Amino acid sequence: MSFFRRYAQNVGALVGLAILVVVIIVAAAAPILYPVSPWQGIGDPLLGPFEDSAFPLGTDMLGRDIAAGLAYGARVSLLIGVISTAVAVLIGVSLGAVAGYYGGRVDDLLMRFTEFFQTIPAFAMAVVLVAIFSPTITSITLAIAVVSWPPVARLVRGEFLSLRSREFVQAAIVIGQTGPRIMLTQILPNAISPIIVTASLMVATAILTESSLSFLGLGDRNMMSWGFMIGAARTMLREAWWLSVFPGVAILVTVLAINLIGEGLNDAMNPHLRGRKG
Amino acid sequence: MMNSAAPLLEVASLSIPLPPGLDREYAVENVTYTLNSGEILCVVGESGSGKSMTANAIMGLLPSYLKPSGGRILFRGRDLLTMSETELAHERGRSVAMIFQEPLSALNPLMKVGDQIAEVLLVHGERDSARREARVLDLLAYVGLPDPSNLRYAYPFRLSGGQRQRVMIAMALALEPAMLIADEPTTALDVTTQAQILELIRSIQRAKGMGVLFITHDFGVVADIADKVVVMEQGVVVEQGRAGDVLNRPQHPYTRRLIAAVPHRDGQNERASTIGEPLLEVRNLSKVYRSGGGLFSKPRVVRAVDNVSFTLRRGETLGVVGESGSGKSTLGRCLLKLTDVEGGEIRFRGQDLVPLTPAAFRPMRRHLQMVFQDPFASLNPRQTIGRILTDGPVANGVPLVDAERKARDLLGLVGLEPSAYDRYPHEFSGGQRQRVGIARALALDPELLIADESVSALDVSVQAQVLELLQELQRKLDIAIIFITHDLRVAAQVCDRIAVMYRGAIVECGPPSQVFDAPRHDYTRRLIAAIPGLHWDPRAAVA
Repeated sequence: MSFFRRYAQNVGALVGLAILVVVIIVAAAAPILYPVSPWQGIGDPLLGPFEDSAFPLGTDMLGRDIAAGLAYGARVSLLIGVISTAVAVLIGVSLGAVAGYYGGRVDDLLMRFTEFFQTIPAFAMAVVLVAIFSPTITSITLAIAVVSWPPVARLVRGEFLSLRSREFVQAAIVIGQTGPRIMLTQILPNAISPIIVTASLMVATAILTESSLSFLGLGDRNMMSWGFMIGAARTMLREAWWLSVFPGVAILVTVLAINLIGEGLNDAMNPHLRGRKG
Repeated sequence: MMNSAAPLLEVASLSIPLPPGLDREYAVENVTYTLNSGEILCVVGESGSGKSMTANAIMGLLPSYLKPSGGRILFRGRDLLTMSETELAHERGRSVAMIFQEPLSALNPLMKVGDQIAEVLLVHGERDSARREARVLDLLAYVGLPDPSNLRYAYPFRLSGGQRQRVMIAMALALEPAMLIADEPTTALDVTTQAQILELIRSIQRAKGMGVLFITHDFGVVADIADKVVVMEQGVVVEQGRAGDVLNRPQHPYTRRLIAAVPHRDGQNERASTIGEPLLEVRNLSKVYRSGGGLFSKPRVVRAVDNVSFTLRRGETLGVVGESGSGKSTLGRCLLKLTDVEGGEIRFRGQDLVPLTPAAFRPMRRHLQMVFQDPFASLNPRQTIGRILTDGPVANGVPLVDAERKARDLLGLVGLEPSAYDRYPHEFSGGQRQRVGIARALALDPELLIADESVSALDVSVQAQVLELLQELQRKLDIAIIFITHDLRVAAQVCDRIAVMYRGAIVECGPPSQVFDAPRHDYTRRLIAAIPGLHWDPRAAVA
């Protein structure tokens, strides 16, 4: 209970949460709000915002509703953000936990492996992976997960490294618990806060990466996405600004909201910061 | 000088309220005492008694949310509480100096110690750098540091704990203050170092005729150096008077309780008759720590445990005593295979544990249990007490229902409420947590219990309770205990035999009467001579 109260003290975090809730509702309600496919041209092409009350955000060069595109794009962004982060956290926590807990050779091996992934520019690798496996929503999600787990692994390794020498972990060894059990029930619950905070920020990065991929034309052809909308509008940047500005604002606001939430979680969960602010 | 009419420091009915919502209204309430020049006044109390609070008030070091609500602190007749910050800054260091418990955190790690002392002189207006340098050398020599001309260029991390505390004292003495406040200055030090620092403080105090306000929790230290004693409980002074009176004829029940809890030699604990067959035989055990070293440099090698052999019988308590770095904790960790060993045998019930793999040893772990040092770090903060107590039996194949029943029984055995079962560690005090730690170890019905400094972090009255609990459980359950401690008084009270460790080796082993009354090794003699309050018998005081 007190956790939510601490979280609620941070105004920015509350605003972020409110924005994210709105985005989630819009994404969930997209088929009800806009029963026609966002790919379908249903109005005059290149209507400006508020020119026609049926299309408050205007239409693109093929007469497709921008607002419908944003609503359907939110589904793709959130889906890819959440799932790719979940996969990345799973990989990162497993490798980091094993490396940090067992140390020595195992640690060396796993960390060199992690560094191998870290030294390759993340976005370039995502582009290559998506290009190889043909752009579908699954391959995009996996590509983003594959490039974003190394920081989680390093973070978790550090936490496990410092926690495993704590007396309660030694006590767990002495009472005869096995290694995996100690990692799962003794150490992980104590390392969970920084993992959650990092994960929340990774969702934002994943959304940006997906948008960048779509912008480059590597998005899923069957799914409307914010990045695709900006990419398609780039030739019309001077004639029809609304084509790229609204999806851009959507990305900005969503990523900002998730960042605010991540920061709020960090403040609420990090005991060292507690009480520092008045 | 010794008996000037006006007291040097007079604390008169000082009260400092705590912020609302805490367990008591005042941090200190109506505290009154006086300190004369040439006197050592000891303020004794357990943690949370408010003993450091008045010292911080004198130095103007109270946190901003604590403001004295009444009373005065008169230093040479002037009230420090009404002084402005500038006036106070002038007095600090020049008239009143302070030394702290942890000299490493009180010294700037990035500054040479000589410069830190010179800085004190500079801040208080000594402009001539040659004079400053000369004074620094004088001071370093005065506090008994070796080779001052080189040592002044050393950084704090290069010095030992005792040397750092000497540097702190040199800084405090730099301006020849009339009064020295020492807040637990020897608590973090080894017993032999503590004896040297106490001796130094006493000799300086005599030579300079200073008044010393000495804050401590240790009645042995009080017996060694105090002229006057103030005993505090829960922010209130319960008793004060001449040291001889308070120590030998305590009046207040709290003082009597504290003194009764001071660990002491029993003389009655040599129970050779009740001791059974050998349980643990350690032969030539060695453990080497290697650090640093690369392709071209030799690693630093420390023989933490060096060729140690001993035998432990069922129902026996073996004390392992030694100073920090003597390898006593490493020995405990080796016995539980929490760390690898270089060589030797650990025969438990006849079976050598050393060659066993972790997986092969795991089923045997339940017979060898440990009670850890820090009651705050040894319990997982995210688990309930019930979970902590049942984890062990469950890991060893006991059904959860049985483990729960056993855990509830154990809570009663170690003197905790049944309601503790569903609560989290942070809801308990240090002593209660240590009881949970003991219950966790007992949940597996061990035959050998290793207690690594298990009472060191506890207040003396709580310490006495936990020691009593351990002894009672040992009588009931006939377990063997290896009791690792730096405190010879505690070892003397609870152990059947004492092994003295020095630089990784056991230099002497025998019953307490032999180790204490006829020590054979030089180091043992030094250790025993350094026990604070050796000449004072707390039992006679409360008899």
